[in-house]
Amino acid sequence: MLFKIEARAEPSREMAIAAPLIATGLTVVISSLFFLSLGYNPFVTLYTFFIEPLTTMNGISEWLLKASPLILIACGLAIGFRANVWNIGAEGQLIMGAVAATGVGLFAPWQESPLLLPSMVIAGMLAGIAWAAIPAFLKDRMNTNEILVTLMLTYVAALVLSYLVHGPWRDPEGFNFPQTALLPYNGMFEVFDYSYRLNTSIFFTGIVVAVTWLFTERSFMGYKMSVGGVAPAAAKFAGFNASASIWIGLLASGAAAGLAGMMEAAGPLGQLSPQISPGYGFAAIIVAFIGRLNAFGIVLGGLLLSLLYLGGETVQMSLGLPSSIALIFQGMLLFFLLASNFLINFRIRKTAVRAH
Amino acid sequence: MDLFISMFAATIIAATPLIFAALGELVVEKSGVLNLGIEGMMLVGAAFGVWAHFAGLPMIVALAAAVLAGAAASLLFGVLALTFMTNQYAAGLALAIFGTGVSAFIGRGFGSTPVDAIQPIHLPGLSDIPVIGAMFFQYDPLVYFSFVMFGAVSWFLYRTKAGLALRAIGESPDSAHAIGFEVIKIRYLAVMFGGAMAGLGGAYLSLVYTPLWVENMTAGRGWIALALVVFAAWRPKRVILGAWLFGGMTILQLQGQAIGLKVPSELLSALPYLATIAVLVLISRNRQAMALDFPVSLAQPFRPKG
Repeated sequence: MLFKIEARAEPSREMAIAAPLIATGLTVVISSLFFLSLGYNPFVTLYTFFIEPLTTMNGISEWLLKASPLILIACGLAIGFRANVWNIGAEGQLIMGAVAATGVGLFAPWQESPLLLPSMVIAGMLAGIAWAAIPAFLKDRMNTNEILVTLMLTYVAALVLSYLVHGPWRDPEGFNFPQTALLPYNGMFEVFDYSYRLNTSIFFTGIVVAVTWLFTERSFMGYKMSVGGVAPAAAKFAGFNASASIWIGLLASGAAAGLAGMMEAAGPLGQLSPQISPGYGFAAIIVAFIGRLNAFGIVLGGLLLSLLYLGGETVQMSLGLPSSIALIFQGMLLFFLLASNFLINFRIRKTAVRAH
Repeated sequence: MDLFISMFAATIIAATPLIFAALGELVVEKSGVLNLGIEGMMLVGAAFGVWAHFAGLPMIVALAAAVLAGAAASLLFGVLALTFMTNQYAAGLALAIFGTGVSAFIGRGFGSTPVDAIQPIHLPGLSDIPVIGAMFFQYDPLVYFSFVMFGAVSWFLYRTKAGLALRAIGESPDSAHAIGFEVIKIRYLAVMFGGAMAGLGGAYLSLVYTPLWVENMTAGRGWIALALVVFAAWRPKRVILGAWLFGGMTILQLQGQAIGLKVPSELLSALPYLATIAVLVLISRNRQAMALDFPVSLAQPFRPKG
């Protein structure tokens, strides 16, 4: 018996839905084998990884809390990715958003005003936009590869953060820890319940998901950008503006990442420290792909990746496994997802070999 | 003068891992494939090199382990990009993330145990020449090997039939396929070569340069190697030039910190990244020069017709 690869006449809708499920399934299977090889009972480990975090209210609160920045950033990235604009430095824009928002929260003269939090939101988004405007300008005017520039700027952003929390912004009463003072109450998002960390910033994520859906599926600009991504020659022929795609793709994702950074600082963390993000900016790239660059798909992808983060922490604490496992699973999930996407455009046929 | 000599030598050494990784990626890109996962492959190489070394294997075997690990990691990308024809950007990123995780997992028990680094070799006569000896003949064997690889890659790409085939595939896979070249097979070999070289570059960091295992020890060198290929406008000679430039930046920055320059150390640490951006901008502005040696089919999936 032999196998033959055939191109499908048109992409399979069923497979488009099935591919992420197949990828998740394969990730679960391979990770069980991986746990088994480490001498752990795979069922116990998988339960600890994927189910246990969701059995408590606190777990669910943490699940949504971590999904929120992932979804938010991935929505922004998807707008660019559709147009073939590759911002892979969302982590840097997130950091700059958190830095600017914390700066306003700690040092703005209107500390007592109810406008403190809104001004932090604006500062966070503007900082993300500004950090993404650098690669946008260089790509548009200087023809410079945005992948490399956004990535290099991520390292620079991490150094800016490190300088501030080790130097001028370090909390004088913080026992020499590299962190700022706590944000004032006015500069924090309100939690829904004082026992849990989930806070009202999640509404922003909801709004961004809706806006992303409208922009990508219902607006002419969104359509033009997608055409530019799929068929640049056709877009050029139709007179669609390539530099608009570059600017919108990068600035939208910069704004989203900056906002996500602000939400981390003014939410669960309440201050600035070098551990502002456990790699949300990079994981959001995976979320965007799992969600097929579609706003609602991204919500599901964000929930899945958030569970991977949470599960990683749980097995780290209860089984003593290293946190790098979460990265291994993230990479593996993306590998399997990309491989199963193959089935959307191709089918594998068995060709029976007849015995004579 | 002594300071100049020591900085010159330190630059050559700092450039070595970049030369390995960037030469490998150059060959990959020349075949029309873009592998963004260099950072992951370097880390995997660095971790497996140390692992083999701590397992008591001789250094040459530890280097071989790093090379094999890098090549194996690149195969993950290869299968996705070449067999499954996926988006190469996404597949490369997946490899970068996966490799970072795998290397951290492998290296979790290494602590900060120092490695018995590969030592410089003493060349009788040559190493003892004043000035010249210190500048050119007091390196570890891998530095010399990086120049051998530079010669080999240049010779292969521009002086052999196989190199011509590889470049033809990078320019136009369809025509190359039509005249009988096995596009996918040659691209697989190129990708594995890139992985092997990245693995070696990573092992240079963990077995010679640092020399110990630190999580994420490449600190963006994989991405800088990627930038070097663009900087080099896909020409091997300029890869070396670029690697020296960035090696020099690293050493200047360390030197600045050592003499206690009155600027924040973070600013000095940011220099290599900022320099990468500056240099990319200068090079990329000239679209014609960039297009000259650019492999036209770069990052486009290929499916043989018929």
